[in-house]
Amino acid sequence: MSPEHRSPILRNALAIGAATGAYALSFGALSVAAGLSVPQTVALSLLMFTGGSQFALVLTLGAGGGWVPASGSAALLGFRNAFYGLRIAELLGRPRGWRRLLTAQFTIDETTAMALGQAEPAASRYAFWATGLSVYVLWGAGTLAGALGAQLLPDPRALGLDAAAPAAFLALLAPRLRGREPWLVAALAVAVALLLVPVVPAGVPVLVAGLVAVAVGLRGTP
Amino acid sequence: MTIWLAVGLGTLACYLAKLAGLSLPARVLERPRVRHIAALLPIALLAALTALQTVSSGSRLVIDARLAGVAAGAVALLLRAPFIVVVAVAAGTAALIRVLN
Repeated sequence: MSPEHRSPILRNALAIGAATGAYALSFGALSVAAGLSVPQTVALSLLMFTGGSQFALVLTLGAGGGWVPASGSAALLGFRNAFYGLRIAELLGRPRGWRRLLTAQFTIDETTAMALGQAEPAASRYAFWATGLSVYVLWGAGTLAGALGAQLLPDPRALGLDAAAPAAFLALLAPRLRGREPWLVAALAVAVALLLVPVVPAGVPVLVAGLVAVAVGLRGTP
Repeated sequence: MTIWLAVGLGTLACYLAKLAGLSLPARVLERPRVRHIAALLPIALLAALTALQTVSSGSRLVIDARLAGVAAGAVALLLRAPFIVVVAVAAGTAALIRVLN
């Protein structure tokens, strides 16, 4: 690939990294406010490295949920990355051995979107790795900064961080609410989760809401 | 210990999902039913998490400053504000209401 093909891809990759870095600031702060330590918070960003699942895990723990609902809701949200993996395997020519293990870690929303957006395989590969590295570094750095910042706060509630968390989920949800079925599933999931709050342990309502998606998916697919 | 256990298991599960997509034959994941459920799962989970984080506290449902904060965040979303602005608007609104009370 020539330099003039690379530079617009690199620019986009850095812009996406900067945006996720800002998002990581709020993740780091919310995670510490939810009761995780700074090392635990940063470990999530470096090892789990998939935003929605990380938010689900720390906020389930913060709400008093145990390790089963916390890791369970993270796993259910992370399931979509398997489908990104399919596309990436096609675009990058099914990597093998240690390359596949490394590629897997970087298979997330942002890298998939960037790789899919290129016209030729070499550009897809370059976009995947440029975006992956940019997001990985800035996601980790933003998380650390947010976590350290939140440690200095006397009371996260006074800054409204407990309202920032659901707003973050809403922002992740909004682009997916296109068409009748997504709205139906969202409404059912909310109703089921809220009805269960008084009667089951914390964190469990989210897992049961996940079953709503499975039930609707099984019924509604031709 | 509970937290590290959750971090470890959650990380492992998320990594295996990523690896499965790169490793399994496409026909396993390309079944319409699997695709359909996978598209609906994030919607159900994110909707439930939004609602729970807004109005639940332990095993109770409560209306407090969080609801106003999330509503303000929703307005920001409708106005196509970027992610960080949505989150800041929600936090700022909730904090402001608490100060005024």
